[in-house]
Amino acid sequence: MYIYDQHDKTLIGERVAQYRRQTDDYLAGKLPDEVFLPLRLQNGLYVQRLAPMLRINIPYGMVSATQLRTLAHITRKYDKGYAHFTTRQNIQLNWPQLEEVPDILAELAAVEMQGIQSSGSCIRNVTSDEFAGINADEIEDPRPWCEIIRQWSTLHPEFAFLPRKFKIAVTGAKTDRAAIQVHDIGLQVLKNADNEVGFKVLVGGGLGRSPAIGVAIKDFLPAKHLLTYLEAILRVYNRYGRRDNKYKARIKILVKAWTAEVFADKVEQEWLQEIDSPSTLTDEVIAHAKAFFTSPAYETIDGESSEAKLQSLAAEQVAFGKWRDRNVIGHKVPGYCAVHLSLKPTGVAPGDVTDSQLEAIADLADRYSFSEVRVTHHQNLVLGDVKLSELPELWQAAKQLGFATPSIGTLVDMICCPGGDFCALANAKSIPVAEAIQRRFDDLDYLYDLGDIKLNISGCMNACGHHHVGNIGILGVDKKGEEFYQVQLGGSALDDASLGKVLGPSFYAHEIPDVLERILNIYVEQRIEGESFLDTQRRIGIAPFKEFIYAKAA
Amino acid sequence: MPKLLKDQTIVDNGWQILPKDFDGVLPEGPCFVPLDYWLANKHNLQTPESIGVWLDAEQEPEQLADDIGKLQHLAVNFPSFMDGRGFSIARLIRERYQFSGELRAIGHIVPDQLFYLSRCGFNAFCLDALALDHEAEDSHKLEDYLATFSVTYQACVNEQQPLFRRRQA
Repeated sequence: MYIYDQHDKTLIGERVAQYRRQTDDYLAGKLPDEVFLPLRLQNGLYVQRLAPMLRINIPYGMVSATQLRTLAHITRKYDKGYAHFTTRQNIQLNWPQLEEVPDILAELAAVEMQGIQSSGSCIRNVTSDEFAGINADEIEDPRPWCEIIRQWSTLHPEFAFLPRKFKIAVTGAKTDRAAIQVHDIGLQVLKNADNEVGFKVLVGGGLGRSPAIGVAIKDFLPAKHLLTYLEAILRVYNRYGRRDNKYKARIKILVKAWTAEVFADKVEQEWLQEIDSPSTLTDEVIAHAKAFFTSPAYETIDGESSEAKLQSLAAEQVAFGKWRDRNVIGHKVPGYCAVHLSLKPTGVAPGDVTDSQLEAIADLADRYSFSEVRVTHHQNLVLGDVKLSELPELWQAAKQLGFATPSIGTLVDMICCPGGDFCALANAKSIPVAEAIQRRFDDLDYLYDLGDIKLNISGCMNACGHHHVGNIGILGVDKKGEEFYQVQLGGSALDDASLGKVLGPSFYAHEIPDVLERILNIYVEQRIEGESFLDTQRRIGIAPFKEFIYAKAA
Repeated sequence: MPKLLKDQTIVDNGWQILPKDFDGVLPEGPCFVPLDYWLANKHNLQTPESIGVWLDAEQEPEQLADDIGKLQHLAVNFPSFMDGRGFSIARLIRERYQFSGELRAIGHIVPDQLFYLSRCGFNAFCLDALALDHEAEDSHKLEDYLATFSVTYQACVNEQQPLFRRRQA
């Protein structure tokens, strides 16, 4: 993981002091609401339906055991003893007191954490692949580049008052797990024919209103030009992005209005003026960043022998085998694996953890995975470097702690925003809908038979629950004060990214489990051997689903 | 007289800012004329030391590229403090067009933006616009606003080397 040096520590300390002064001024009536608003947002503090909400950055999803223990302590001391992992690999507190936020930020700063630019119209926390550095399909570890971007974007003086929020995602793998096609900027680390590292640069993807898939404006940007090129994109957006209507202010609207070609040309012209400026990365700085993300001290293990032992255990204990099939992922180093800790047990809001669970996760990380944890954008956690030989022991521990729900990737491993129970923006609740679905679909064998299905739920069209890119997406809508739920089919955030299409008129919350059951029945009837839900839906279209569901409902 | 924070010192501000649609004869005393007025009349204007040009947030600083050497005073308008276009314009004026005179932020800005504004090249701010009075306490506070951070990651007008190069040095 990246470790702060004295520069980073000084900066974060000065940020806490600045925010403490801003909060004092606000409480003393010296700072009006409308001026305090962007200042608190750029430190992660929203004012929500019931209380303020504080969003804490977990840069590209990497968090240490020490940091988790501090988060546990903070939820106990300043909140109600729980926290929520988000779809952008961050963590949120639901009940902090506005007056105490400077103290919270000071406690976070002590463990190199912060909420800088975690909300507001600025460059947000950069996100990445939860299997960065450990997956065999990786071209290059994206995290050094993420850290370079994190530092560049932190307190960038030119881009703190953008037209709207701005999200950057980076993947270094052949398979995109960072949803780069639905970010304002998506970066894919590549190597060219001469084995030089660079980036494919996508712009204009995004969810929310007017969802869009990003388009490539640079097929190969040599790595050293990363920051000058990002700066050119941001400058063009900052100067020409719409500011008259917040729903048309994201970069995707500008790219569409100009066309990708015109946008790319404008960026190119701007970039060529600044190319080779001092912000050009040097070999030394790249090596410096990479030095923080070296492999931990892996043991030399006979992977095949470990594997054989596990197979025989799986044969004896069916539950272990099922858990391993769904929740354990391969690793580039023989004898190791990555393990999902599921945050989706039935009856708990997806992504929620208690203070004592945070501490237990820290203990698991210390014991089994070099004291590091990764947050996934599916709102689960990953222990990235677990020895295969320790898997049975970890399984037992995770089961006792409630993290071993063997459902990763299935229908009930859903993405879900906090929704109307917490969020002031939401049109409808989402957590109770998620729970009703989990209660209905509780037969693991049925879920395994259905295979990989992404079910994403958002409580409003801001799409924090990524409903557009769910294979099945559920969107809460408000009609004359009543909550309804629109269903979409066919979305994906993977390499084959696509936006879901609306099935038809929306449903009451209590109808959703039945509607899902009918959708799944169609899939089961129509699928060809080995075909996933998404493949079947794409092959047969939306019409068969529509006919069946609305015919029955009528 | 209104006050100006210029190069970290509070001075009198005798400059008028003429409206965007200004036309006709210039008033007495130093004034900022809108960009369009300047472009239309620049060949007839004398005494550049008492004439400045102001740009609005949607205007192109490139239009001043040929005149930068003649001018000692430029200003950029912020229609709202949430409208960050002026930050980019200021960097262009300083870094691309190499303007070395007074660059003033006008319109709606707030004290907590002074650090970023000065990093982007502004060196003059109206205290009235900042809604601060002129008491000693506030002038002390102004210094704090301008020096909120002693560490900056990026290259910008006031620091041409990004931290990663300074770290390596």
